Amino acid sequence: MKRLHYILIACLLLVLTSCREEQVIFIPEEVEVTTPQFTSVQGFYLLNEGNMGSNKATLDYYNFRTGRYTRNIFAYANPSVAKEMGDVGNDMGIYGSKLYAVINCSNKIDVMDKMNVKKIGQINIPNCRFIKFYGGYAYVTSYAGPVVINPEYEQRGYVAKIDTTTLEVVDTCLVGFQPDELDIINGKIYVANSGGYMVPNYENTVSVIDIDTFTEESRIEIAINLQCCKADHRGNLWISSRGDYYENPSRLFVYDTRHQRLLKTFDNNVSSMWMDGDSLYVIGVQFSYVTMQNEVSYALINTATMEIVSNNFITDGTEKDIAMPYSVAVNPITKDIYVCDAKDYVSPGRLICYSPEGVKQWEVRTGDIPAHFVFLGDNINEK
Amino acid sequence: MRHLLVYIVSFLSVLGVAAQDTTDVYHSKLDSMQYLSNVTIFAKKLYREVIPAQTLNGRQLERLNSHSVADAIRYFAGVQIKDYGGVGGIKTIDIRSMGTNHLGVYYDGIQLGNPQNGQIDLGRFSLDNIDEISIYNGQKSEIFQPARDFGSAGSVYLRTRRPKFEGDKRDNLNVTMRMGSFGLANPSLRWEHRFSQDVSMLINTEYTYATGQYHFRYRKRFSDGVLAWDTTAVRKNGDINAWRIEGALFGYLPEGKWNAKFYYYDSERGIPGAIVNNVWFNAQRQWDRNFFLQGSYQNQFTPKYELMVNAKYAHDYLHYLNPDTTLMLIDNEFWQDELYISTANKYTILRNWDVNLSVDYKWNYLNANLTNFSYPTRHTLLTALATAYTLGGFKAQASLLYTMVNDRYSARNAGEILAKFSKYLHKATPAVFLSYKPIARYDFNLRAFYKRIFRMPTFNDLYYTDIGNSNLRPEYATQYNVGFHYQLYREQGFWRGFRLTADAYYNQVDDKIIAVPRGRGVYRWMMMNIGKVKIRGIDITARTRMAFPADVNVDVNLSYTYQRAQDYSNPSDNGDGGTYKGQIAYIPWHSGSVVVHGSWRAFDLNYSFIYVGERYHVSANILANHEEPWYTHDLSASYKWTMGAVNMKVTAEVNNLLNQYYDVINNYPMPGRNYRLTLKFDI
Repeated sequence: MKRLHYILIACLLLVLTSCREEQVIFIPEEVEVTTPQFTSVQGFYLLNEGNMGSNKATLDYYNFRTGRYTRNIFAYANPSVAKEMGDVGNDMGIYGSKLYAVINCSNKIDVMDKMNVKKIGQINIPNCRFIKFYGGYAYVTSYAGPVVINPEYEQRGYVAKIDTTTLEVVDTCLVGFQPDELDIINGKIYVANSGGYMVPNYENTVSVIDIDTFTEESRIEIAINLQCCKADHRGNLWISSRGDYYENPSRLFVYDTRHQRLLKTFDNNVSSMWMDGDSLYVIGVQFSYVTMQNEVSYALINTATMEIVSNNFITDGTEKDIAMPYSVAVNPITKDIYVCDAKDYVSPGRLICYSPEGVKQWEVRTGDIPAHFVFLGDNINEK
Repeated sequence: MRHLLVYIVSFLSVLGVAAQDTTDVYHSKLDSMQYLSNVTIFAKKLYREVIPAQTLNGRQLERLNSHSVADAIRYFAGVQIKDYGGVGGIKTIDIRSMGTNHLGVYYDGIQLGNPQNGQIDLGRFSLDNIDEISIYNGQKSEIFQPARDFGSAGSVYLRTRRPKFEGDKRDNLNVTMRMGSFGLANPSLRWEHRFSQDVSMLINTEYTYATGQYHFRYRKRFSDGVLAWDTTAVRKNGDINAWRIEGALFGYLPEGKWNAKFYYYDSERGIPGAIVNNVWFNAQRQWDRNFFLQGSYQNQFTPKYELMVNAKYAHDYLHYLNPDTTLMLIDNEFWQDELYISTANKYTILRNWDVNLSVDYKWNYLNANLTNFSYPTRHTLLTALATAYTLGGFKAQASLLYTMVNDRYSARNAGEILAKFSKYLHKATPAVFLSYKPIARYDFNLRAFYKRIFRMPTFNDLYYTDIGNSNLRPEYATQYNVGFHYQLYREQGFWRGFRLTADAYYNQVDDKIIAVPRGRGVYRWMMMNIGKVKIRGIDITARTRMAFPADVNVDVNLSYTYQRAQDYSNPSDNGDGGTYKGQIAYIPWHSGSVVVHGSWRAFDLNYSFIYVGERYHVSANILANHEEPWYTHDLSASYKWTMGAVNMKVTAEVNNLLNQYYDVINNYPMPGRNYRLTLKFDI
């Protein structure tokens, strides 16, 4: 009888201790979302940011030719990488045969083969933010320049110049405080400085870097807390400001880099935008202290006429199902519109596809905070 | 994992035993009595409470391989711990999935306040001076207590050691040295002195130093078992340097008692942070200074009237620094003050019918070096009317708490006051506790309670620059509980008694305060009253004691918790990967503990086991959010001997015996196998 008790205790402990399983490499989940499409665009990658500290930056892929969406492909393609892709994916780009993913809180850029996302290399840049390419080099903004006490604590950001063949940082150029998106027009790099760490003393300029000398040659005053910076093919820069979330709202500005003048200011609130030919898709999310809710807009702007074409490019009323529209992208061939819903930032988001007319086609679950798109196809990422 | 419940139930039924550690928490001159040492005395004691607590007393705490109060609380049923790892890591607890903010922590009878963030880091309270930890669901179901004690959804009472003198000894001196893994050096000193038969004092001081470094390991395999990657690294910036001193005076009156105490804690620690790809070190630092002065007076003026007065002043300082030059510089300081006074008045109407009226007043103030900070002040007036009635085997108690809160704060810009605000809140919340003992001969009690209570939004929830939302309403917790408690004692034979408790409960948290994205961007959050959680659970505890021949005694404690804690916040989020009805973050369906203690003369051997089943780190219960179960086996052995006037004791511990690497919180690695050695000298 007594022996039975010990056996039972031993059994109980055994049962309890046999429950934990070894963690396995995440096998990508593939789901069929729609019928295949055959154009020169093969597919797109979607970088999910993952909430800060969660180490849940993940990469998803949509294949137009199969109509299938695959979640979390990086870990499986690179099973020897410890702790996978990292923390907070912030930007992504394709240049040549390589795919570059900027992982902000992991202080690095993952460089992958654009066809199979096998990791080729890694560029370590602390607090890296956005990436653009030109003439064999990648240019990446970073918040983490040298610290100066002047007399307050100040830390300027910089742009790193990376050789895309050796994946080495070959030069750096100091810019303003906390630089975000950058773009390149006619031999000049334009960098939107935010000053986001300096609240309430935000930065209000765009830095202009001469690409040959790689030095900052001037600053353009636009508005406080700049964020997006995209060039159209006419030499105009479309720059957004976040505002200060109090009296100064978010705005959109058009700057003519040839004549060096501000062309127009839009009252649109901007949190994310996508340029496709002469069309600029703008998502705005602004918190209202009156309704205590986020107020959302989906604007379409013609960059040639500089007029608002529509204040709601989603036309079938399904935008009300989107809790937190986080980013937008447009298929360069079919003009289908993709909108990401980041929901509450901690649970998995959604990707919703709309027809060019703004009618919902399909939706699929993504990783956490789906945000950054890059299309895969012949020459579509090269200007 | 579903098998666990089946195994535990079958284990219990075969054993035919069980028990919960429910000791009387009424602290009189008899409070050195312990269930373990004398079952007979335990059985003769009367419960003052309708539903007794789960309790761990001094001797059990000594054996439990626990460094802090948080470590020890893990052994209770219904409790989940959030442990960020290491000696200095934050450890908060959550009773019955209602959230840490619903928990009240009482230190020698007076609540520890933290209106800034509403959380008490129980990892910071060492067990060095703790004599008893009790945990109550609902509230301590005794009516003679401050109004504040009626004000939490769950309560932890920490009782510090009281001086005890053998014979005509006037002084006791205790020196303890603990050392071990993580570079731990932890000396402490306690001096007790008796001034007279009725007045004594105690001074206790402790220093804790640890490098906090330990190895951790992450690895993943392919589904066929082949290793994909395997990495071992050293956890850094988990160092701690802490000094605590407390002192107390205790006095007995012919019909009452009083005490006065001070407490001071001063620490510096590293915040080790999340381990993510390419980041193996975090540089954040934190400094804390906590001071309080408190006193209590209790007297029975007439056979029918008894008075208790409590008072406290507390000052807390917190300094948080992020010196990492690749990130935003954060250098924040916070200062909190609290003043508190309470009276409780008990009147005995009939021999079996008591009423109590308690009135508390509390003042809190928060100061910070943040830009445009609103410098909030909170006045809280609490009135509790309670009554207790006993008839035969039937005990009932009902209380009504009336809370009045006045918050005053200002809106500022560039140091200028733009506007001043004053907000009032009035709420009345009830609680009812019942127990029934159907057969006088058997110590079998049926019990039930209902309680509705709220927690105030914290100062951070309301007024933290940018994130705070001054329109927040209180967050409600409603609890329904039914259960039983059965115990049997025997003075002879192999089985020396057992105890079984089981409770089933339904809790609902409404208007839960959660952070909601506001606009776009990492730092853009806003606190909102939009959460809703429904919790269905079962807590079971069992205890037995066996007497073997040749002075070998063994006692066994088991606890098991089942919880289905579902997120009902957003009914529209019910699609693929949605959160609606998902199990909330970090709450396992199954968890439990086993403690087996054996003693033979001067030797003690203790084995403890903690199991936390599979969980998800988000209420979207998908594979990517899944967390594997974790469990630890701990062993300790001790030996006592006497040299002249000195009693000595040496204890050796091995924790996490099987060297399991696990995370309680995703990306916060816990230590593997570690050791500790304790030497105690009592003069």
